[in-house]
Amino acid sequence: MVVKVIGPPNASSCRKVLVCLMEKEVEFEIIPIDLFKGEQKSPEFLKLQPFGVVPVIQDGDYTLYESRAIMRYYSEKYKSQGTDLLGKTLEEKGLVEQWLETEGQNYHPPIFNLHLQFHHRLGLPIDDKIVKESEEKLEKVLDIYEERLSKSKYLAGEFFSLADLSHIPLTHYLVTDIGKAYMIRNRKHVSVWWDDITSRASWKKVLQL
Amino acid sequence: MALKLYGIPMSTCTARVLACIYEKNIQFQLVPFNLAVGEHKQPSFVAKNPFGVIPVLEDEDLTLFESRAITAYLLKKYKEQGEDLLRLKEGNLKEEAMVGLWTEVESQQYSPATTPILYEYFFAPRRGKIPDQKVIEDGIVKFQKVLDVYESRLSQSKYLAGDFYSLADLHHLSFTLYLMRSPWVSLISSRPHVKAWWECISSRPASLKVVQAMTPAEK
Repeated sequence: MVVKVIGPPNASSCRKVLVCLMEKEVEFEIIPIDLFKGEQKSPEFLKLQPFGVVPVIQDGDYTLYESRAIMRYYSEKYKSQGTDLLGKTLEEKGLVEQWLETEGQNYHPPIFNLHLQFHHRLGLPIDDKIVKESEEKLEKVLDIYEERLSKSKYLAGEFFSLADLSHIPLTHYLVTDIGKAYMIRNRKHVSVWWDDITSRASWKKVLQL
Repeated sequence: MALKLYGIPMSTCTARVLACIYEKNIQFQLVPFNLAVGEHKQPSFVAKNPFGVIPVLEDEDLTLFESRAITAYLLKKYKEQGEDLLRLKEGNLKEEAMVGLWTEVESQQYSPATTPILYEYFFAPRRGKIPDQKVIEDGIVKFQKVLDVYESRLSQSKYLAGDFYSLADLHHLSFTLYLMRSPWVSLISSRPHVKAWWECISSRPASLKVVQAMTPAEK
């Protein structure tokens, strides 16, 4: 049975899950939701995801939400096929978790703020104060990443993992719609890492969906 | 060699790791830490955690930061002792994923909703600031919506991930302990299933040790 991914295929949180499923060679079907029509607040959707946000997956009669929880589940379930996204030893797994948590706690909040500020479809006036604060926070996090990636090819070590993958969709918006590619390009090691992780076939395919 | 934990028990993120350590009865050494003198910004600490925040765990040559990554690591390493809080036993992948879902909800919904309220009430005054009532009021509106989801969930399930205590429940302890020491106790006590869940998880022996660790010493 094919995994159903419910959400817009171009929403950043959905793209994370789609890249993960492709890396793990898991077949899926997208059930699109129109966030601008408020479909994520409908009673039917709220039964699946009570917080009214995307994505949700349905795998037979099993439902799961929160993009990182979904990625962890499929990475573990299909650990013997596709790319190993979790690490092999206990120590490697610890480091993957450390950098995935870092993405969730430190990287995501400021970059998501920038994404909302510059979202052309939301059409809201830009709040310069939020943009300035978010940029400053993000710059500090990227400085830490620059240091880390000067010692290690990927965030958790010498292997591509969920930690790197989780950064791709929103950073894509940073370098395109948000128009702040310099934040990546001004940092030599972050820039190399960015080109590497976005050259993966899974990401290229997800961009076509 | 015993594990070393750098942190302060009164800090919610350190206490999150302590709860896990107490549940699993792990031998460890709490390394005294002084935020007031800026110990977290010293090069020797930044070398351990480039974000310059506590807690940090050292286990021989592995150094880990981010409290939720530390708890996940400890539960995997010590899975044979104490309760199975991550449902790692064979065939429980779906249960493990439910634990993963509710740990993400704590991380992405519950704690971000409580942080501004608790910060304004407990920590702003220590920095000589007057609590911002608008931030608190807006925070309470958001947090109530999150708690309504929890009330519904806990009316169907004894604990968050299912009918078993798990890491997902444990991760809520430290923030909720602060909430129960604030003027907004009724947010919890007015929701019967959330209240029952709280009373259950906070009365575990390991949780009582966390309460003790998070109680300031008498002067």
